[in-house]
Amino acid sequence: MSNYEFIETRAEGGIGFIELNRPKVLNALNRGMISEILAAMEDYDRSEEVQVIMLSGKGRCFAAGADIDEMANADSISIEMLNQFTDWDRLAWIKKPIIGAIHGFALGGAFELALCCDLLIAAEDAEFGFPEVNLGIMPGAGGTVRLTKLAGKTKAMEWLFTGKRIKAAEALHYGIINKAVSKELLLEEAVRFAKKIAAQPPLSIRFIKESVLKAIDSSIYEGMQYERKNFSMLFSSQDQKEGMRAFIEKRKPDFSGR
Amino acid sequence: MFETVTYEVRGNTAWLTLNRPEKLNAFNAQLNKDVQKAVKEASKDPNIRVIVLTGAGRAFCSGQDLEGVDEQTDLGDVLRTLYNPMVLEIEKCEKPTIAAVNGVAAGAGMSLALACDFRIASEKASFLQAFIHVGLIPDAGNLYFLPRLVGHAKALELAVLGEKIPAEEALRLGLVTRLASADHFLEETAAFAERLASMPTKAIGLIKRNLKASWHENLEEFLERDAQGQRIAGQTEDHREGVEAFLSKRKPVFRGE
Repeated sequence: MSNYEFIETRAEGGIGFIELNRPKVLNALNRGMISEILAAMEDYDRSEEVQVIMLSGKGRCFAAGADIDEMANADSISIEMLNQFTDWDRLAWIKKPIIGAIHGFALGGAFELALCCDLLIAAEDAEFGFPEVNLGIMPGAGGTVRLTKLAGKTKAMEWLFTGKRIKAAEALHYGIINKAVSKELLLEEAVRFAKKIAAQPPLSIRFIKESVLKAIDSSIYEGMQYERKNFSMLFSSQDQKEGMRAFIEKRKPDFSGR
Repeated sequence: MFETVTYEVRGNTAWLTLNRPEKLNAFNAQLNKDVQKAVKEASKDPNIRVIVLTGAGRAFCSGQDLEGVDEQTDLGDVLRTLYNPMVLEIEKCEKPTIAAVNGVAAGAGMSLALACDFRIASEKASFLQAFIHVGLIPDAGNLYFLPRLVGHAKALELAVLGEKIPAEEALRLGLVTRLASADHFLEETAAFAERLASMPTKAIGLIKRNLKASWHENLEEFLERDAQGQRIAGQTEDHREGVEAFLSKRKPVFRGE
């Protein structure tokens, strides 16, 4: 696809792959990399070939964290004026499902990037964590928000206060990840999982994602209204007709994404 | 390389010898750290396919060195900072580990032997759950590994009564893999280590991994683990070699790849 400096991309079998590609610095996230991830995701979001986006890291780990060199000399005003987290905000607007395949470390900004994914598959030896507190700062790209929404206040505060690493088994226990798999098979298993979703009717997947994300942030009443609108809307799709016809005729549906 | 552990590579085996013979290889902080670092080193070295832990001199390991421990010592912290990281390093290791128990393995020395995959004991060796005699409990994973080896009731009996367990009895209890003669202890241990070193190393690692998981997973989760484990093993060079050797009726040569 496009020429990126910090990531590698390829689309295959309905899956749009994005690999963080700064293995020499353990894929430390710099602003350029986040911009490229966003650009690649927005491309995939518009591409007819891609149903599911898969994010992973090349080399020894997903990513060890944000590029500290980039921030060490910053002051409040420069950070504010840079407004660097708008790219992160836009990651949340991607409509297609994003699966993160995590191995090794996902710390700090890298954990926040993982939490931007809709689903996470982790190698059994993966470790997550927010060590920001040890540097005299705190997460700034959604860490305190997304982790709290996922795992609740109690554990979120513990992990954020201490900077303690969360191992894959514990992350699974608290619903931060969907599965832990053998480290040797991470990508294979993540692709197997992604293919199942890529084979589903894309409009259903799209509106389900939208409704679930809406539910996280709104009252039950508002969420229900939103869900109902999306539910009604799917009845204008060819896939709804095909899906129900196939069910009645006891055959496999052939979805077109329309 | 290490102050209190000698580290020798013989063929594909790393020999880690606890080397404080004048103290019967009792653990001080340095020995805890050296064992941990040496096991890590051997785990990382792609040439190493088996790790042997043994003791210099008469004893395997007599447990915690009581010098430097007094009423002020926070034993919980000693475990958290010294023993637990050592035990976890051994537990994490995917290569087969052998405790070559040349003499007495008492207290935390017994725990160290229990943390290994195999225990080869000299006829002269013995095990001792010494903790109860000073009003303490077996630590460093001892009470975790012991019931998995000998069953709950026997583990309780050994831990509470704290009687000396001679090598013969240890064999009968399933506490040790096999006995070796005192005169040819190192040769017999080396032969066993070499045998393991010529086996499919990745498959051994996966067997270790899955057996451990079997203690805390339900059958459905475990069967998925089986599928993943076999998928990994099925992609190894050693599997290909094994099948090819079987078909051409020759002995396989496994390279641990």
